[in-house]
Amino acid sequence: MIIGLDVGGTHTDVVLLSQDGLENRSKVLTDTGDLFSTIVTAIERITENVDPRQIHHTVLSTTLTTNAIVEGKLSPAGMIVTSGPGLHPDNFSTGDHYHPVSGAMDHSGREIQAVDENQVRQAAEKMRTDGIEHVGVVGKFSTRNPEHEMKISRLIEPEFAKVFPGHRTSGNFSFPRRIATTYLNAAIYPIHKQFFEAVRDSLTEKGITAPIYILKADGGTMDFNTSIDFPGQSILSGPAASVMGSVAFAEDPAETIVLDIGGTTTDMAVLINRVPVLVPHGIEINQFKTHIRALHTRSVGLGGDSAVRIQNGELVIGPDRKGPAMAYGGSDPTPTDALFVLGRVDGGDAKNARKGIQQIADQMGASAEEAARQIFDRTCRLILEQADEMVRAINSKPVYTVREALEGHQIKPGHLLVLGGPAPHFEEHFRSISDYNVSRVPQWDVANAIGTALSRTTCEVTLFVDTYRCRAIAPEEDFSESVNPRITAAEARAMAHELLMKKALREGAETDDLETDVLEELEFNMIRNFQLIGRNIRIKMQVRPGLKHDLQEIARMIHNG
Amino acid sequence: MLFAKHQTGLVFFPAFDWAISPTHPEREERLLYTQDQIMEEGILDIDGIHELKAEVVEIADVQRVHFCVPDPWKVMTESHFISAGGAKTTGKAVMNRSIERGFALVRPPGHHAMRVVHGGRGFCNVNNEAIMIEYLRRTYGIRRVAVIDTDCHHGDGTQDIYWHDRDTLFISIHQDGRTLYPGSGMADEAGGPNAYGTTLNIPLPPYTSQEGFIHVIQEAVLPILEEFKPELVVNSAGQDNHFTDPLTNMNFCAQGYARMTSLLKPDIAVLEGGYSIEGALPYVNVGIILALAGIDFRYVCEPDYNPDSLRQTKEITADVKIACQRALKTWKNREAMREKLIGNKKVDERRCNIFYDTDGIYENQFESLQLCADCSGALKIDSRADTGAHVLAVHIPTNACPRCIDIANQWYESANLKKFDAIYLQDRPEDAYRIRKK
Ligand SMILES: [Zn+2]
Ligand SMILES: [Zn+2]
Ligand SMILES: [Zn+2]
Repeated sequence: MIIGLDVGGTHTDVVLLSQDGLENRSKVLTDTGDLFSTIVTAIERITENVDPRQIHHTVLSTTLTTNAIVEGKLSPAGMIVTSGPGLHPDNFSTGDHYHPVSGAMDHSGREIQAVDENQVRQAAEKMRTDGIEHVGVVGKFSTRNPEHEMKISRLIEPEFAKVFPGHRTSGNFSFPRRIATTYLNAAIYPIHKQFFEAVRDSLTEKGITAPIYILKADGGTMDFNTSIDFPGQSILSGPAASVMGSVAFAEDPAETIVLDIGGTTTDMAVLINRVPVLVPHGIEINQFKTHIRALHTRSVGLGGDSAVRIQNGELVIGPDRKGPAMAYGGSDPTPTDALFVLGRVDGGDAKNARKGIQQIADQMGASAEEAARQIFDRTCRLILEQADEMVRAINSKPVYTVREALEGHQIKPGHLLVLGGPAPHFEEHFRSISDYNVSRVPQWDVANAIGTALSRTTCEVTLFVDTYRCRAIAPEEDFSESVNPRITAAEARAMAHELLMKKALREGAETDDLETDVLEELEFNMIRNFQLIGRNIRIKMQVRPGLKHDLQEIARMIHNG
Repeated sequence: MLFAKHQTGLVFFPAFDWAISPTHPEREERLLYTQDQIMEEGILDIDGIHELKAEVVEIADVQRVHFCVPDPWKVMTESHFISAGGAKTTGKAVMNRSIERGFALVRPPGHHAMRVVHGGRGFCNVNNEAIMIEYLRRTYGIRRVAVIDTDCHHGDGTQDIYWHDRDTLFISIHQDGRTLYPGSGMADEAGGPNAYGTTLNIPLPPYTSQEGFIHVIQEAVLPILEEFKPELVVNSAGQDNHFTDPLTNMNFCAQGYARMTSLLKPDIAVLEGGYSIEGALPYVNVGIILALAGIDFRYVCEPDYNPDSLRQTKEITADVKIACQRALKTWKNREAMREKLIGNKKVDERRCNIFYDTDGIYENQFESLQLCADCSGALKIDSRADTGAHVLAVHIPTNACPRCIDIANQWYESANLKKFDAIYLQDRPEDAYRIRKK
């Protein structure tokens, strides 16, 4: 059996899946001040009366690292960067403890300036006196030649708890993003490590010793140890959880908008033939632009608990949430209260809900029913407007999905797939006010936890081959090998594939789930003085994010059940 | 935080699948390292820098400028349509004010492509800048445009297209034609009688360095621009003046290119040549982009840059000064020269022999220009190539007066089809392109 757990802003959802489908589901309130207790409580609930030895693995999606970044609660981390000519490295400073040192590589990985070891030692000494324990080391073009990063790392490793070399984070270009990504990994490392080790120990105490996986922002998972080295990959995994919970129910072929309607926000994403659309380069969070691959999602401050008010004679919904709906003891009217007045929901304090809506109705000069109708209608229309806005934003740039780059493609979704607590109420109204074909994800209120449980372990590998220098390197894997200058693109692809397989299995993938894609393959003749001197081959491959192969059947069973 | 003082748009079209031949300087690999450098510097993430997607130019855009023989499809590949489209996209974005400045990093290049096109010359088939400019004139109603060609080779194609157009100021700065392809671009080439002085050539001696180039910009180009008052400044941004370029003999550098760009402040830059693909292009292009955007470019430099070894001699400095003075003199005397050249003549005729080095074609042109005080003048070109093609090309300029329109139409209607494979009419006031064929 598999446990899937997704921590949300309001609720934490947890499910237990087996070959027979959804065995059990639970929801607990998220205590943002104590996520650890939230998770432990949720797991206790779901495993009640379950033999812990039957748990095959657990997948967690948490807001831990996201919150740490958004709330500015990062641990201090040091940085040593080698830049060389170009934009001044101070432009990319991560704050205190940021130390540019001499040393430079060119675009083809040739050293143009040696690393100044004295500067490195001075920087290390300064960081030590500043009490720094975690240090990122990043060089411009380190993905073409990581030698400088490795040298600096070797020099300072004995003096720090952990050193994070930039070339391991991604095979993509962009020195500034490499700096931001490496810094975030270093700065959330202690928080992430302490937290998940505590979770692991707590599960072990309960006899659950099966492997733990962490959901990534691109909808894949990574094993516990990988997450310790690359905690940045867990940032913004929340929206990915609901997208992965929806993919099995999107239409194929067709373009689908996924709307996860929560209490505070609605998270949106797009699927093309059941394949999620990615952000073009990587996550952007606060001031950080990173290399961390993520699904293209949009979060808007519109949900069941959004505060409703009249402002300058206009009906305004959200983007803030003052608390729960008045029907559940809150102080401000919300769209959920409107649903109470319309008689679509029960099980709360309907009288209090009506009291709230009546305040709005009085200001509008309308009946409570009319005000409720307008509040709910406006909420639905605002959500659809935001969805259109997201589609426009995606179409303004090249479209990338987790499978491929769609050059020049313009998406035009015709299908709306809704999930989240209030989904059933919204579903009907969306249908009446739009041309979308609207449907609801089965188990809509825990589909995010199901998505978390069903996601595959994924990873990427980038391989650069320079036949002139007879060398193949895969920076993320610290792989560097001499090659025959006559190596073909197909042989290079096979080499990349082998590296990818090794990496995937090491990071916890199962052999059934190793569906791979070539994301990029380029081959250039290198000509100098009118002579062919070699070829430049570049290959990027991935294990495709998706549902676990043997679990697609489960997704179908959940659908039918 | 890093941000662009000027909203700057970039169009990339590196044509990774197009080459003249496998080992030719104009090959797939040419912009590879440049693209790597731009990506690695993170330039596209800078606030105020925007990547735009190149569109494909339409046939009408090409025929507004060129007479393609026998037709555009025979002389253009898909890459040519997109490369010119990249310039067009950039120009549109500037005119729509979605960006303040733009740079089309595109290939194949275009500044050696002339008005009549039988094939490729100097690695160029169609003129990207001219196709963009004439589209912008048609769509946005602008008139006065300046093209500053800073490629190391004389921009003879652009010169040919604007030879009779007094609304286009064309200034080419290049290595002296006595020492480099295409051999033209002497100081006395200054435009046809109707437009004398709006074509200016500033040939520079080999081994001119930063000092010389900056002198030309500050002492000649900027004062002339100031007087011409263009609505749009276009830079044909060739990068083969670089000290490492394998085809040329100049001593220019990345810092110099950036400095020159920041002085010139072009609205639109369009990449032309530049064949030092590893040692120059990555750094020069980053320098130009930062300069356009108004971002500090002081730390951009080539790995083997040594300013002391690149200093120009006193003799070069003196020659550069003289070249600037000649251009300024031509510019000042342009009105008087026009009167003198026109005199009592009604028609001006010239013969040109054009060699298409890339495709190995020879062309003979016999050109007749209607001399006119009121417009750029009706133009007729009888063109014969050793491919066997023989065509008559008639051009009515955008600003044509009624008399010149009548004359050109008459030329087109009355030409004897037995003599030509095709007779073309480029009717700019009507924005039409007509063909008479056997
Ligand atoms: Zn020139
Ligand atoms: Zn050139
Ligand atoms: Zn006239």
